[in-house]
Amino acid sequence: MEKSLYRPENEHDNCGIGFVAHIHGNQSHDIVERGLQILINLTHRGAESADNKTGDGAGILTQVPHDFFVRSGITLPAPGSYGTGLLFLPRDKKQTEQCKNWLEEIITQEKLNLLAFRKVPVNNSILGEIALTSEPRIEQVFIGSDEEQDELERKLYIVRKQIETKVRNSHLKDKDIFYIPSLSSRTIIYKGLFTPDQLRDYYPDLQHPDFKSAIALVHSRFSTNTFPSWDLAQPFRFIAHNGEINTIRGNRLWMHARESLMRSQLFQEDLPKVFPIIEPGKSDSASLDNAMEFLVRTGRDIPHALSMLIPESWNDKNPIPKSLKSFYEYHSTFMEPWDGPAAILFSDGRYVGGTLDRNGLRPSRYLITKNDLIIMGSETGVQEFPAEEIREKGRLKPGKLLLVDTRLGIIIPNDEVKATLARRYPYGNWLKKNRLEMEQIEVINRKPSGLGDKLPVYLKSFCYSKEDIEVLIKPMAEQGKEPINSMGNDAPMAVFSDKPQRIFNYFRQLFAQVTNPPIDPIREGLVMSLTNYIGSIQKNILEESPEHARLIKFRSPIITNTDLGKIKDLRHQMFTHVTLPMVYPVNTGAKGLKKAIDTLCKKAEEAVNSETNFIILSDRDISEDMAPVPSLLAVSAVHHHLIRQKKRMQVGLIVETGEAREVTHFAQLLAYGASIINPYVPFAILDEMVRQGEINIPYSQARKNYIKAIDKGILKIMSKMGISTLRSYFGAQIFEAIGLGEELIDRYFPGTPSQIGGIGITELAREIMKTHQETFFPHNGISYLPHKGIYSYQWEGEKHAWNPDTIALLQWSVRTGNYDRFKKFTAAADAHTRTPVFIRGLLDFRENPIPQEEVEGIESIMKRFVTGAMSYGSISKEAHETIAIAVNRIGGRSNTGEGGEDPARFIVKEPHENRRSAIKQVASGRFGVTTHYLINADEIQIKIAQGAKPGEGGQLPGYKVNKIIARVRHSIPGITLISPPPHHDIYSIEDLAQLIYDLKSTNPGAYISVKLVSENGIGTVAAGVSKAHADLIVISGTEGGTGASPVSSIKYAGAPLETGLAETHQTLVRNNLRGRVRLQADGQLKTGRDVVIAALLGAEEFGFATLPLITLGCVMMRKCHMNTCPAGIATQDKELRKRFKGKPEHLENYFRFLAQEVREYMALLGFRTFEEMVGRSDRLVQRKDINHEKARTVNLSRLLYYPENADNFPTHFVPGLQKIKENELDKELIRLSERALQRKERVWISREIHNTDRATGTTLSGEIIRLYGEKGLPPDTIECTFYGSAGQSFGAFLCRGVTFRIEGDTNDYLGKGLSGGKIIVTPPKGITYKPEENIIIGNTVLYGATAGYLFVNGVAGERFAVRNSGAYAVVEGVGDHGCEYMTGGRVVVLGKTGRNFAAGMSGGIAYVLDMEGDFAYYCNQELVEIAHLQDYDEVSELQELIAEHWHNTGSKLAEDVLSNWEAYFSKFVKVTPLEYKKILNEQKLREINLKLKRAEFDPDFAE
Amino acid sequence: MGDPKGFINISRKEAGYRPVNERIADFSEVEQVLNTRDRILQASRCMACGVPFCHWACSTHSRIPEWQDALYREQWEKAINLLHLTNDLPEITGRVCPALCEKACVLAIYEEPVTIRENEVALAEMAFKMGLIKPYLPKRRTGRKVAVIGSGPAGLTVASRLNRTGHEVTVFEKDENPGGLLRFGIPDFKLTKAVIDRRIDIYKKEGVIFRTGIYAGKDISARKLLETFDALCLAVGSREPRDLDVPGRDLPGIWFAMDFLSQQNRINAGANIPGRKRISAKGKHVIVIGGGDTGSDCVGTAIRQRARSVTQVEILPEPPLQRPEDNPWPYWPNTLRTSSSHEEGCVRLWSLSTNRIIGKDGRIHKVEMSKLKWKRENGRMIPEETGEKLTLEADMIILAMGFLHPVKDKLLKDLPLTFDERENIRGAEKGAPIFTAGDAATGPSLVVKAIESGQNAARDIHEYLMKRNLK
Repeated sequence: MEKSLYRPENEHDNCGIGFVAHIHGNQSHDIVERGLQILINLTHRGAESADNKTGDGAGILTQVPHDFFVRSGITLPAPGSYGTGLLFLPRDKKQTEQCKNWLEEIITQEKLNLLAFRKVPVNNSILGEIALTSEPRIEQVFIGSDEEQDELERKLYIVRKQIETKVRNSHLKDKDIFYIPSLSSRTIIYKGLFTPDQLRDYYPDLQHPDFKSAIALVHSRFSTNTFPSWDLAQPFRFIAHNGEINTIRGNRLWMHARESLMRSQLFQEDLPKVFPIIEPGKSDSASLDNAMEFLVRTGRDIPHALSMLIPESWNDKNPIPKSLKSFYEYHSTFMEPWDGPAAILFSDGRYVGGTLDRNGLRPSRYLITKNDLIIMGSETGVQEFPAEEIREKGRLKPGKLLLVDTRLGIIIPNDEVKATLARRYPYGNWLKKNRLEMEQIEVINRKPSGLGDKLPVYLKSFCYSKEDIEVLIKPMAEQGKEPINSMGNDAPMAVFSDKPQRIFNYFRQLFAQVTNPPIDPIREGLVMSLTNYIGSIQKNILEESPEHARLIKFRSPIITNTDLGKIKDLRHQMFTHVTLPMVYPVNTGAKGLKKAIDTLCKKAEEAVNSETNFIILSDRDISEDMAPVPSLLAVSAVHHHLIRQKKRMQVGLIVETGEAREVTHFAQLLAYGASIINPYVPFAILDEMVRQGEINIPYSQARKNYIKAIDKGILKIMSKMGISTLRSYFGAQIFEAIGLGEELIDRYFPGTPSQIGGIGITELAREIMKTHQETFFPHNGISYLPHKGIYSYQWEGEKHAWNPDTIALLQWSVRTGNYDRFKKFTAAADAHTRTPVFIRGLLDFRENPIPQEEVEGIESIMKRFVTGAMSYGSISKEAHETIAIAVNRIGGRSNTGEGGEDPARFIVKEPHENRRSAIKQVASGRFGVTTHYLINADEIQIKIAQGAKPGEGGQLPGYKVNKIIARVRHSIPGITLISPPPHHDIYSIEDLAQLIYDLKSTNPGAYISVKLVSENGIGTVAAGVSKAHADLIVISGTEGGTGASPVSSIKYAGAPLETGLAETHQTLVRNNLRGRVRLQADGQLKTGRDVVIAALLGAEEFGFATLPLITLGCVMMRKCHMNTCPAGIATQDKELRKRFKGKPEHLENYFRFLAQEVREYMALLGFRTFEEMVGRSDRLVQRKDINHEKARTVNLSRLLYYPENADNFPTHFVPGLQKIKENELDKELIRLSERALQRKERVWISREIHNTDRATGTTLSGEIIRLYGEKGLPPDTIECTFYGSAGQSFGAFLCRGVTFRIEGDTNDYLGKGLSGGKIIVTPPKGITYKPEENIIIGNTVLYGATAGYLFVNGVAGERFAVRNSGAYAVVEGVGDHGCEYMTGGRVVVLGKTGRNFAAGMSGGIAYVLDMEGDFAYYCNQELVEIAHLQDYDEVSELQELIAEHWHNTGSKLAEDVLSNWEAYFSKFVKVTPLEYKKILNEQKLREINLKLKRAEFDPDFAE
Repeated sequence: MGDPKGFINISRKEAGYRPVNERIADFSEVEQVLNTRDRILQASRCMACGVPFCHWACSTHSRIPEWQDALYREQWEKAINLLHLTNDLPEITGRVCPALCEKACVLAIYEEPVTIRENEVALAEMAFKMGLIKPYLPKRRTGRKVAVIGSGPAGLTVASRLNRTGHEVTVFEKDENPGGLLRFGIPDFKLTKAVIDRRIDIYKKEGVIFRTGIYAGKDISARKLLETFDALCLAVGSREPRDLDVPGRDLPGIWFAMDFLSQQNRINAGANIPGRKRISAKGKHVIVIGGGDTGSDCVGTAIRQRARSVTQVEILPEPPLQRPEDNPWPYWPNTLRTSSSHEEGCVRLWSLSTNRIIGKDGRIHKVEMSKLKWKRENGRMIPEETGEKLTLEADMIILAMGFLHPVKDKLLKDLPLTFDERENIRGAEKGAPIFTAGDAATGPSLVVKAIESGQNAARDIHEYLMKRNLK
């Protein structure tokens, strides 16, 4: 077992990818050279390790360079009649010989000829230390055959799979090194642990002029980790993958389960030789490649295989042909999507191409030249060509595919490829004839919903509480959505609770952070789906037949009692079921429980053997003797048993359980293998409540609402992880366990991370027994539903860290400034923590006392204290400023939160009353993030996630946005402000690196922090963040949090601070990255003891949010979301704000006391400086005196693991290690703009630009704002013209007075955060293509722009003007999700838009030239209205903008529109958000009223 | 929560007392009742706090936010059930409790707490009126027998809870009517006795056996009790009064508060007390020594008996009107409390300790007091003599200086008990099925504490009996 918290399967990688190909297949060395150049031009998308020399991996795939091999002296038959590939072999000679011998044996067995081995020349002098220590011996093998080429390819596949298995199962010491990058007669892959420029130098082969290919596909990797792994470099055999498979655990299990059903015409009895299809222990990309390769080798072509694995979205909102939808639907019945952000480039030596995931979350641009070269890559500009040579510029669109056939010399566009696929078989008919839809099955018997007088027994048996009913179920039934709560979670996790817990409560949802984005399931609903199937899934996926579609389709996994009855009543032979009771004799205890589960598994297997289609697991049969088996335990046990037996695909699992009630329960059942769930007890509760008049709507409506709320919740949980479809979430186990022991996990939940061990089946059975006794033999004769105090403090309920005692003592001590009383507070809080409530409560110190005088003073300790991100808006002005003043006084740092800051606070008049927040937060909504805001920061914090609701966005409802809040956030009063779940410029780790670079360039003086939330795998994410050049990483525990969020997110998403912090620290030390960054911890920290424990686990700074609020008067009302805070804190109500009683002195007192207490502990432990204490987990021990049955089972040894290399590598922050490249181009711009900067004189600059020049204009803008304040310079003071392809974030945060003009094109994030500058983009002079039909700028343009202008003579990518709140823009076409979340400004689109235009748009106006009259279909009309132009003002505004566009860009289209206005006018539509319209109308009404008023009171005026 | 903005839009409204001149003419309840509409609005002011300090401060941990909400929604049955979950006698605490809950109410930070106590009594009365409080007959009988000695709030709670759980309960009460101090200690103008009768009546219908006028230990021996019953619960209260050891104490005209109060209650109840035995304040200068609640009750009673003057004397200094810094919310405020009786016309004197009682003609005539100065040392109040003296005219002196511990009567002597350092009952010697509830265990305290203690005792006794059952 791993000793530390690090788990290799958590590694992520993101990348730069690209290919060059000659369309007609002309081979040349030039292509190879160009490929290698692309790689170098994408260097900034890769990363380096601590030694600054070892890359994360780079590689190239080419056609087999036959001539080169022949000339290098190997005797070879004709091209195509032999296969070759590199071999990564152990350094040890004997082991290498062994591997080669085995290979030779297998080659012979398969009746192929071993032609030769070749030592591949390498130059390892260039390698970094880390790469060098793991460098394999590299040889090459040549294998001949008389078979025709396709058969040869299959044979080579069989050989490779067999040797892989052979070595993997052997006892060779260095077997992990053995790897075959490729073995093929068509392609060859050179790769390794390189930086992009090392690849070429390492392999002299690649430099040889004879090394020729018509295809060069390259990949450079940015991994979160740097553990030597040559094999994980890409490309793989077929693909180069930039992205992440979020559902990988499920996908792998399903592939395994399918193996038993597979039969192949092509392979016949050889098929088992290629099993397991998925190589164990490799990356997600590698697994995807395994699946791809398998599907292709068994007969599908590449587009077909890709369309199965990464299907585009085909729900109602997607404009694709019906036949294609049928194709997708048909395939969806037997292959779940491999879900996650992905740009995939692929090649088999003849075809080359690329595709994007359904959401288009990775950029991919291409260019075709007139002499038949096609270049595709993550960025434009990776290869440069004169304008007149370019035939076309384009991009891959979400879900679309581009295919080049180098043999026929043609490019096959997406529609054609897909049409071919859709025409393969009459999929639509097959579906119609075979597939049943749940809703369409006839009802024979209605099943009652009530449970009559047995309801109380069910309620008690499944531990329902008053809160379950009143806080959860009732609001869901009334409102159709999950209720909201505030102030986070301060109750113990399940394993520390004194109350019996459902097993559900031991699991926490995983969520996406940094390496892939969460999705907005509401605004981007077009990619989401809850559809799944059950039925006769006994299918061989290698064939296609009508019977494959013989299934029941359902649109929600939650079914009513009647629906379940329908399934039971089906008398079709293909739809047979068996009901297995999930109950056991309660007095048999743990043994009986185990036995009952074994029996369930056995019976399930028997059911499969007798060709039953559905298994219904039911816990209806509880009685005085029989207690329910926890439904999740039963489901997962049966699911995994059937997978192990390879019998899972043959049967559908239905769960009829009274236990599941809240969103996360259902999500867990689905993630561990349930297909559909019938929650009969919640239904019975609703039935009863309607009967009692507690709910005033009809039962059917209540139930419908409840199901809707659950459905929405499941979508949210899926989308948190970036998963779009239930089919891929199904069985994907996107959870970690906290407090479940190894035995329970290994046996019933294999593959689920569980970092601190915990209870076993014995404790579980004991809890069930307790509950059961209370159900049937209540202790006081009175049977009533307990109030469990889960969401708020309750005497008989769960423990809460913030309870009347701790709150009262804290307030008392800070208000009186009495340290003795403070000690009483900490004593009470610590005692409570140690009952235990938090993991730290299980820890004691190893003491080694020294005199306190020797310990550093409180002043320096206090500098390590910061306050949490709470926006002005979420809390009142008084509270926000009081915190800032207090924290500034002690030398700590306060945080603006997401919501900007009033510039008046930037000016410090009286140091003692300094209201400026040192930390400026940049969150996904980018509210108020202007250049001015950024340069007034000491620290800029990128909020990736927050403890209360990681992976989710937020919303400030319009009624809360008053004038001042609107001004600070650069929005309009009364308009709802939506923060999207992801940062739309962070879909991957290299994106984060880019954002860090942007912010650093804008304010080089600030350091950049990244806020993460604890979860399993956070360490690897943090390693990536450190490599992305962050200066500080914040680890937030799931406990605590102040924001309003759905109750299930507060309770069930994210992990405790301790595990996240320890994992991060351990992983960083292990990678020698710890010295680069500071680590900050937050999450229910209260006392000196808490701080010291966090320090020993690796933190050097500490965040507090709830606690400062309490010092200022918060009494944990948990009503923050209701604007009724009686303490005047979380409210904007004028009257309530008057009640605010907090003073800066209160918080100041607290921090002084805290620092003093920290000193006392330092003296006790013997640390003189804080620094030496950081990361000393060896000074912590797990308590032995725990008097809590469940808590005693927890094992913290991995948490306390002291990294072995801690003696060699830094274990705390060391200044100067983090190095980021300076923005050279901007430095030059600043130099050239000197006259403007000093004397406001106008300057003109002209420069070449390349895609490697990133964030151009940021430093210049920062400098201008520093000198001239928010207003910047007069318009056009600095005019720059650039030629070429600009890198990412061109013109980001460009300020007033600067005009950027570029002739060429640009990449993603153009004009990000535009703060008043002007940007003009035109194609280079001399082009022959039509600008309005070609892509010219990238994705996510004008993200969070607050002011300024953008004119684009060409087409934009996805998410144009996302979250724009003030910029004016004209563009000639946009991709999907245009104007998403826009809150202000104007956008003119002179051309087509993609899907989902205006989703979540609450302000501003868009004008669209809708030539084909189909815009309405592409527009998400939930919040907006489409209308023709009427108003004179509107028309002239539009004309002016187009005229401006024409003048700036010379656009032919603009010229045409203006000069033929009559013809075009009627084609324009106006998109206005309803809320915005209301406000505009109100404004008009006010003006009219004013006039009327004047008229009434001033008759003269009226005349 | 009733109305999220209730506390903003609606101010605290108390029903208030009847006018002084009217109320001192009778012994009827002083406090008035708010109309139902207003009461509901008052309930809407409860904010259902995330941390309900009221619920924490209350000894019985009344689920205040929950029943305020039900009250607001006019779900009377739900509301009274919630109230009854933690409090067996809400109609009584609603009248006499000093309401620790209201002192800890979050709105009390801004000095306008929810009228929890008044809401409680209003709810209870409404529930009675609507017939929602009915006898509850246990579904099955366990066959176990329990004797409860004493019928004050603790004894009643134990008896009721155990009876409802199915045990057979007999209550022994030495007085002629059950209720203990509720009946004989609290004046009728605060708690009308019909309220107690109504509740006892329900308990009787539920099957609790009341044996009044039987002095356990005397009329039925300790041994007999232990033989007859499976468990014994002592809820005998803490009736030993603190006495005043000064010259002149043996003069006639000096009474213990409890003698004074209980006699008036008996008279109100129709008892015929011969004139010579009557303790009357009529026409007298009355000095009440002791500044607590009992003292205040004596003041009100003396006024109703038409005393010539009433003076209440307290040894401690006059408490502040506002919370001092070191006595913050949500803790119990040691501030000046003015009861309805105080309003009715009495002089309150502070920091006085009684030196001697001066007699004249074999009767008391004056009381000599000395003025004290209080100092705070290490958080404790220490008195200092100032040398200043004060003499008050007195025809009658009532000692209301609190109680010490249970009366060590025959029963307590005969049972195998252990006592703590304050001479409260600590417990039984090993193995003896004797339990204690209320003041007898805790020392003198509030009704609500007695109820809590009664509930705990009932739970312990039940667990004990069930364990025996399982054998």
